[in-house]
Amino acid sequence: MGLLRYIALRASLIIPSVLILYTIAFIVLRVLPGNPVLAVLGTKNIPEEQLQAIMEELGLNKPLYVQYFEYLWNVLQGDFGTSLIIRGRSISADLADRLPATVELAVAGMFVSLLLGITTGLVAGLKKDTKIDISLRVYGAITYTIFIPWFGLILQLLFALWLGLLPVSGRIDPGTALEEVTGFYLLDSLITRNKEAFIDALSHLVLPALTLGIVLSGPYTRLLRNNLVVALESNYVMAYRARGVRNYRITWHAFRNAIIPVVTYAGLQFALLLGGAVLTETTFDWPGIGTYLVEKIQYRDYPAIQAVVVVFAFAVGVVSLIVDIIYALIDPRVRY
Amino acid sequence: MIAVYSRKLLGRVGRVSRIVLEGVPPTGRKLVYVGLAIVLVIVFMAIAAPIIAPHSPTAPSGRPLEPPSREHPFGTDRLGRDVFSRIVYGSRTVLWVVAVAVIISSSIGIPMGLISGYYGGVVDRVLSMIMDAVYAFPSLVLAIALAAALGPRPENAAVAIAVVYIPTYFRMVRGQVLQLRETPFLEAARVLGIPSTRIMRRHLLPHLLPTIMVVFSLSAADAVLTEAALSFLGLAVRPPTPDWGFDLYSAKGFARSAPLLIAIPGFMITVLALGLALIGEGLSERVRRTR
Repeated sequence: MGLLRYIALRASLIIPSVLILYTIAFIVLRVLPGNPVLAVLGTKNIPEEQLQAIMEELGLNKPLYVQYFEYLWNVLQGDFGTSLIIRGRSISADLADRLPATVELAVAGMFVSLLLGITTGLVAGLKKDTKIDISLRVYGAITYTIFIPWFGLILQLLFALWLGLLPVSGRIDPGTALEEVTGFYLLDSLITRNKEAFIDALSHLVLPALTLGIVLSGPYTRLLRNNLVVALESNYVMAYRARGVRNYRITWHAFRNAIIPVVTYAGLQFALLLGGAVLTETTFDWPGIGTYLVEKIQYRDYPAIQAVVVVFAFAVGVVSLIVDIIYALIDPRVRY
Repeated sequence: MIAVYSRKLLGRVGRVSRIVLEGVPPTGRKLVYVGLAIVLVIVFMAIAAPIIAPHSPTAPSGRPLEPPSREHPFGTDRLGRDVFSRIVYGSRTVLWVVAVAVIISSSIGIPMGLISGYYGGVVDRVLSMIMDAVYAFPSLVLAIALAAALGPRPENAAVAIAVVYIPTYFRMVRGQVLQLRETPFLEAARVLGIPSTRIMRRHLLPHLLPTIMVVFSLSAADAVLTEAALSFLGLAVRPPTPDWGFDLYSAKGFARSAPLLIAIPGFMITVLALGLALIGEGLSERVRRTR
């Protein structure tokens, strides 16, 4: 019961932060560009009545505060309105189309970064102050400052264009037949037992996931290494050693204590992951929310851009909630 | 006149760098010097661009996609422009945008953090909540939305990046002020009746300086990557302005025929960000130690 109350309380804290971001997005994208319709149409002269008709249709001629609350009400019902460019096209439907691709990439990227970060951090922490430790620390520092599109394009050049081992871009070969069930290609191909499609989708995912994962793995390396070094020098480890506890068990205990902050950090990292996903998607023409955002920016489709910001804000809020719950479950010191 | 001013300026730089470098262990100093060397080389490149660059960065000086030669050390791009000259001039764009962005965001974020942390109360709570919300959001996506609303110009990109990093300064300064507020020396200053603005400027700020310098260089490193990302997405400059991020984007389709067009601009972005990050890393060794 205590845990449920804690979750409810923590969940209610998301509301103000999502609202703040919604407000910022509203100010930035509805107020700053002035008249969005004119901003889209540029310098083209269009008849006044036609302009008014478009404004009327999109609800842009109402006072700003009315627009603010109307849009908020719609967003709460999952309706992000319609595109400014392709009139009548539902943004919610577009987002639902694109979301699985981004989630697939983000999950794969997170998996790679945790796998790499935890292994390198563990090795560096256990081999403290050796050459391995120093080179892994350099790895941690350098990966953090790598420019994602550059790294992606280099990997693409090496493994796709020169070696021809992996596909260059996209999410699946256009010739590969796949029945869509959930929109997650890897999952869909497993459900429909389509081995060919599974391999194809997986091979398309490798380079983007590696790009995103390697760039984001550095902080984990550093964090786990430093925590592990502290843990291995602590009194309880000394006590274990005095009692003759085996080395691998000591390592396991120290590792468990050192990994807790990494979990919290993984949650904070989620925002970076989304930002990185936008760049990775653009680099590899991955048809997710990131490429959607970039396309819409080119056409100055403000309602669509605003929708992406709100969806991301919500995603960040939910992930931080999940991290807090996991934290409460694995760390006995957290009371709820 | 100039001599007096420059001596004054040098004196001030000396004093600041003494405060900032004091207590930084040798390993940290080494990182700071390596980072500084990298950044200074790129700054020099930007200042001396007309002397270093053999060709115009915007006018064609050869056939399209020429391989490297004595005339064009890195070859030419798809419009026949000298890649080396574009890289040299491109440093001006990044450095300008990043410098403006970091100056704006620190000169808004630091005073806000000082005031918010020092006075506390409702204003502090509301400000902290807004800053935390913005801080938690993907900074790149926010910068993209802002830059998209403002239009693709370097000054707009600088503003977009500046807004995104205000919370970083705010949170750091506020946190430190909350810690320092309870210390005896500040209490003494308050008891002596020193005005609050003076306490903040003369008593709090010098204490914050080392941490501010760490955040300054780390956020500058981040800002380099954000600027490059905005410009990669076509949101920072308009062609034909030379800019590393945009040049990388323009080269995207020519990876096979001219790999250098991709390798070099991205490498420069990463190296500049690394240089700034190394300065921050080195300086932070002191900060970590004193805690």
